[in-house]
Amino acid sequence: MLAADGTPLKKSLARALRLQKMRALALIAPLLIFVLVSFIIPIVSMLFRSVENSIVADTLPLTVVELQAWDSDSGELTGEPVFAAFVADMVVAIEAKQHTRLGTRLNYEQTGMSSLFRKSGRKIKRMDPATDAPFKDKLIEVDKKWGDVETWRVIKTHSVRITNGYFLNAVDMQRTPEGAQAQPEDKQILIRLFGRTLIMSLIITGSCILLGYPVAWILANLPMRTANVLMILVLLPFWTSLLVRTSAWKVMLQQQGVINEVLVWLGMVADDARLVMINNQLGTIIAMTHILLPFMILPMYSVMQTIQPTYLRAAKSMGATNWTAFWRVYFPLSVPGIGAGSILVFILAIGYDITPEIVGGTKGVFISNRIAYHISSSLNWGLAAALGTILLAVVLILYWAYDKIVGIDNVKLG
Amino acid sequence: MKFTKMTALAVTTALVAPAVSAQEMTIVSWGGAYSKSQKNAYHDPYSDKTGVTIINDDSSAEAVAKLRAMNEAGNITWDVVDVVAADAIRLCDEGLAMEIDPDTMLAPAPDGTSAADDFGDLLVSECFIPQIVYSTTFGYRTDMVGDTAPTSVCAVFDTEAYPGKRSLEKRPINNMEWALLCDGVAKDDVYDVLATEEGQNQALAKLDTIKDDVIWWSAGADTPQLLADGEVVMGSTYNGRLFSVIEEQNQPVAMLWDAQVFDLDGWIIPAGLSEERQKRALDYIFFATDTQRLADQAKWISYGPARASSAPLVGKHADLGIDMAPHMPTDPNNAQNTFLYNYEFWADYRDDIDAKFQAWLAK
Repeated sequence: MLAADGTPLKKSLARALRLQKMRALALIAPLLIFVLVSFIIPIVSMLFRSVENSIVADTLPLTVVELQAWDSDSGELTGEPVFAAFVADMVVAIEAKQHTRLGTRLNYEQTGMSSLFRKSGRKIKRMDPATDAPFKDKLIEVDKKWGDVETWRVIKTHSVRITNGYFLNAVDMQRTPEGAQAQPEDKQILIRLFGRTLIMSLIITGSCILLGYPVAWILANLPMRTANVLMILVLLPFWTSLLVRTSAWKVMLQQQGVINEVLVWLGMVADDARLVMINNQLGTIIAMTHILLPFMILPMYSVMQTIQPTYLRAAKSMGATNWTAFWRVYFPLSVPGIGAGSILVFILAIGYDITPEIVGGTKGVFISNRIAYHISSSLNWGLAAALGTILLAVVLILYWAYDKIVGIDNVKLG
Repeated sequence: MKFTKMTALAVTTALVAPAVSAQEMTIVSWGGAYSKSQKNAYHDPYSDKTGVTIINDDSSAEAVAKLRAMNEAGNITWDVVDVVAADAIRLCDEGLAMEIDPDTMLAPAPDGTSAADDFGDLLVSECFIPQIVYSTTFGYRTDMVGDTAPTSVCAVFDTEAYPGKRSLEKRPINNMEWALLCDGVAKDDVYDVLATEEGQNQALAKLDTIKDDVIWWSAGADTPQLLADGEVVMGSTYNGRLFSVIEEQNQPVAMLWDAQVFDLDGWIIPAGLSEERQKRALDYIFFATDTQRLADQAKWISYGPARASSAPLVGKHADLGIDMAPHMPTDPNNAQNTFLYNYEFWADYRDDIDAKFQAWLAK
């Protein structure tokens, strides 16, 4: 079949449609570019940072090549070629002020590398790779650590460009010449924190469901005018600074705080046995449940609003008790709201760091507090990225599990 | 249509216009009373003198991470940054701060002493221009310690004589030193002991004896609040914070200067600024770190000036009218038993000991 201008109809139809599609694409282009630039690219770059490790090979290119030939298990010190290559590399690195960065990087693996590179740099700067050979004894004179096999083993172990070292660190293990090994027991903390973060996020989600469900039900069943007023009470916390809300809980919960004072005044608690409700897991759960509650109530409310009251009346007219009518009719209809709220609250909770830091004490901190530490204090961004990647993977797995068990189609925001 | 064109034009101009105009500079500091003292002592006089507008950014707590991110993005928006010395060393190691030659870039003392000699040992990094000496020390509630006020830092570990909670910073630095000191290690040996596995375990074991009595803080304002509320009987924090609790808020709190740990705070200039901005930053630094200016800052906050030549010029508090010299951590009466933050040791051992410390905390 041909169109008016003689081209096949199919072709000209496709052309017209393509034009439409292009126009539609142009309309969403700003959003697409925005999401790409501000969301996808940072995440991909973070994922990459968790395995990227070219700093050693870039700073010490000649040394890394020479180290290939050295058997790190032999227990014998590296030979003169490695030392000569190392001095040549260091002279270039010192010029570019890269050697201290490398020291910081290697210090994550072996304590003392930071000052070793900083101090040796000042002396190696004055050496000339062409004329001052041999270097082995000179370097050992600069710092006896250069005569230690372990120093060179660390450099060799971490000279690969793509490393699993950060991921191993993130699960309380370490990369060694003999392969992956467990960290010493007194440094193991991250697995424990991952577990704690998951369990506490589940508890927080659970308490949000318990507290939020009745509130959402009341809001959905009140006349519009009253419901709107009450809605402001739900939304009010949204408009208050997170820090203010968290600090307010401190004032409420601490041992000289409002709740304890009232209990002591009422004689329910002895003055010398005031309740410890903050700087522990309980404090984190209370404060975070409060902060995340609106994210649970809002989706529940909008789903409940769509449930026809006639269904309940119909159930009762056919002899159901109040409980049966609720449990067999109303509750199943409200599950999509619970699902949406739970996913929101759980995913927000798992990544929280300010509130646990302030009210969590020692037992109530999350893995995100360690991520924040490695981003802003220790500058170990590789480890922070590995921790973040694992956290992302855990969330995706849980999302997948939720989809399998409840079904993601069964989630509604209204 | 006209409207859209205008908007588009406005948006493009805003995007294309240089982020920093000729007469503006962004100075990063800690915020609060500290930034206020800098504004009074440095920023305002400098603006009056040169006409440069100074924009304050209270980001010092995240300065290291942010500077690294800015450097990677190739767009440094800060001109001068206030950091503690440990961070300055880190920034210098990372190549994120420019190196300073004290003799050509900083003002000599009024008597002609070179800046390098005037700052002396406080020039702990090639990139760091010291500004103040502050200390981390303990304050205690005078109404909660009974008849015998504590005189030694070891009171912190003595829960029998001084029952009640104490607040300590949620990091190993300082706490490990105090623990060893109160476990019988001589002051001169503390870092040698702490460098060993056994020494670290010894310090943690000592801290373990008071673990249930400690509230761990992460913000400098926590201990003053806990002291004011009577939540803790004693706690560590920066001496300036305690000064404000005691003198400005008149709380029943007193200083325990014993075994205070001196630390330095000062300026760095980010590496990679344009020539013009670098010149302006250096001009500001030259002005703001001269002898008189450093002494002026002590009118608003109880931190000691980093220059030897500034100490005799320290006067009275601008609002309270009290003599500031006795409140300086460096005052001879307060400085009878002191530590100086061991930058080199902690640069090496921080990653390792912090992991152990956090694992111990989480147990």
